[in-house]
Amino acid sequence: MSVARTRSVALLGLTGSIVEVEADLSSQLPAVVIIGLPDAALGEARDRVRSAASNAGCPLPTRRLTVNLSPAALPKHGSGFDLAIALACLGAAGEVPTASIDRVVHLGELGLDGRLRPIDGVLPAVLAAARAGHDLVMVPTANAAEAALVPGVRVVGVASLLEAAIWHGAAYPPREVAAVEAPAVDDVVCELPGDLADVAGNTDAVDAMLVAAAGGHHLSLLGPPGAGKTMLAARLPGLLPDLDADAALEVASIRSLAGLRPNGSLSFRPPFEAPHHTATAAAIVGGGSRMIRPGAAARATHGVLFLDEAPEFPRAVLDVLRQPIESGTISIHRANAVATFPARFQLVLASNPCPCGNAGTSDCTCAPIVQRRYLARLSGPLLDRIDLQLRVPRITVAAMRLAGDGSTVSTAEARHRVGEARLAAAERLRGTPWRTNAEMPGTWLRGAGRLHPGGAATKGIDRMLELGAITMRGYDRILKVAWTLADLAGAGSPGAEHVGRASFFKTGAEA
Amino acid sequence: MNHNTELGRRGEQLAAEHLEGAGMTVVDRNWRCALGEVDLVARAGATLVFVEVKTRSGAGYGHPFESITPRKLARLRRLAAAWCDQTGARADLIRIDAVSVLAPPSGAVVIEHLEGVS
Repeated sequence: MSVARTRSVALLGLTGSIVEVEADLSSQLPAVVIIGLPDAALGEARDRVRSAASNAGCPLPTRRLTVNLSPAALPKHGSGFDLAIALACLGAAGEVPTASIDRVVHLGELGLDGRLRPIDGVLPAVLAAARAGHDLVMVPTANAAEAALVPGVRVVGVASLLEAAIWHGAAYPPREVAAVEAPAVDDVVCELPGDLADVAGNTDAVDAMLVAAAGGHHLSLLGPPGAGKTMLAARLPGLLPDLDADAALEVASIRSLAGLRPNGSLSFRPPFEAPHHTATAAAIVGGGSRMIRPGAAARATHGVLFLDEAPEFPRAVLDVLRQPIESGTISIHRANAVATFPARFQLVLASNPCPCGNAGTSDCTCAPIVQRRYLARLSGPLLDRIDLQLRVPRITVAAMRLAGDGSTVSTAEARHRVGEARLAAAERLRGTPWRTNAEMPGTWLRGAGRLHPGGAATKGIDRMLELGAITMRGYDRILKVAWTLADLAGAGSPGAEHVGRASFFKTGAEA
Repeated sequence: MNHNTELGRRGEQLAAEHLEGAGMTVVDRNWRCALGEVDLVARAGATLVFVEVKTRSGAGYGHPFESITPRKLARLRRLAAAWCDQTGARADLIRIDAVSVLAPPSGAVVIEHLEGVS
């Protein structure tokens, strides 16, 4: 048999496509030629595969091997095709049964010693293979646990090329090799230390955290240093309910692509990403000229994106977040392709009121214009998309004493309440594409959804709208938060007290 | 004659016998000019075949074929033209072949023949 065929997966963003790897053996001087838009790392497979095969104990024939990766027009990146290329070559040489390699999707990078090394992005690649109808996948031992997270796929983990060839039925004498271990990855721990009960005083802020968690609302915290903004924000992921299986798989896929390999078990906790304020736009949305990697916003999907010291971020960086906030996805355009990542994160901004942080007290050394410019870095269009805008004051002695009487809420208790409220919202939104209150479009809310309470409940904000104190969009946002407050309180419909409180969270003023 | 030259001579002899056995007629051997040397020139029907023979006593430094580089092949093409020029030979087709001779000090000799390598 001089032509053999097997399969692998090319990833573009989170989207994987099945790639056919064909090898043809021809009576020519020895060479391995790879065609079909390989990038540099994949082109180097030429040298890697021949050395790996001979060192593993299953040498390639000393003839010309032409390897074609089809569809030829699809750009292919990285070293994950090594295993498929090597097995297709061995198949073309007649060493490995071609019928066997034809039905398996192969992923993995070869070392020169013929052992298989783990690669990034195995989870999305295996998901893509499963969606394309393939149920048998061969991966490096170190990636086997990750690949097995995908339901409905049989995963074969192999330590070396020789082991793979023997699994397919080749008649080589087996050799014992130690599998390459996956390097330990310091993944960001999603379960952050600290309990909501640690927050002393600041009951408004704690309430706002509950509302943010229950309704999926974006949140902005403004206050002097030491008021507890970071402490509050870090406790938000703890309040969020567990992810469902699809969301957890999506989160794990993105982390896998970012090089943070999930080890064995799927984490159902929402991710928490807190990029530093020196981050570039590419670090936030993702980028890279060839292998397009997800940025912090994509890694925070189904979780929390926390921007501490938000006004310190370059304005251009903050404004790239506007598209994902609206659409829930990030598209990265490159000359040869467009990669799309999910970005359904909950945004939490924390800001000081001025560069010195003491605005409003006699300690402030900032000129008024400096203070204005500082806050103006958060652009209007961005702030307009944030439902909860809260001022976090410094804790006074009185508030601290009051807090001592045991009126705090623990994270576990809060998560339970958030879960109940989310259930109520989901029940109401059944049959719509939305699941949380923050996702409801304003027109639907007031129109087809018939969720405008009307009457006495909205009298206050109706008046504000008449006076021009709030915009129509602001009005809708207050209504959404009011619904979340009603869900948290177990009320069937928001009353005047919920609308008033929502208005306070949005504008800082009671309606 | 040193060891390698002797091995090369022996390999070329074996290769010539192999080609004759395959029905080709060897017309010239070790033809030299300013450009270099052609190991074997043979005829296979109407085709004139220029053969590069590579002999090794083991595969420790790689398979013999692996030492036939694109540069060597390009030189062989120039040599083919020079040979035709000088001998006035005519041929319908010209082909370049490679023959590898693995001749270990003890054990069987392995001869491989690739037709039309460039």
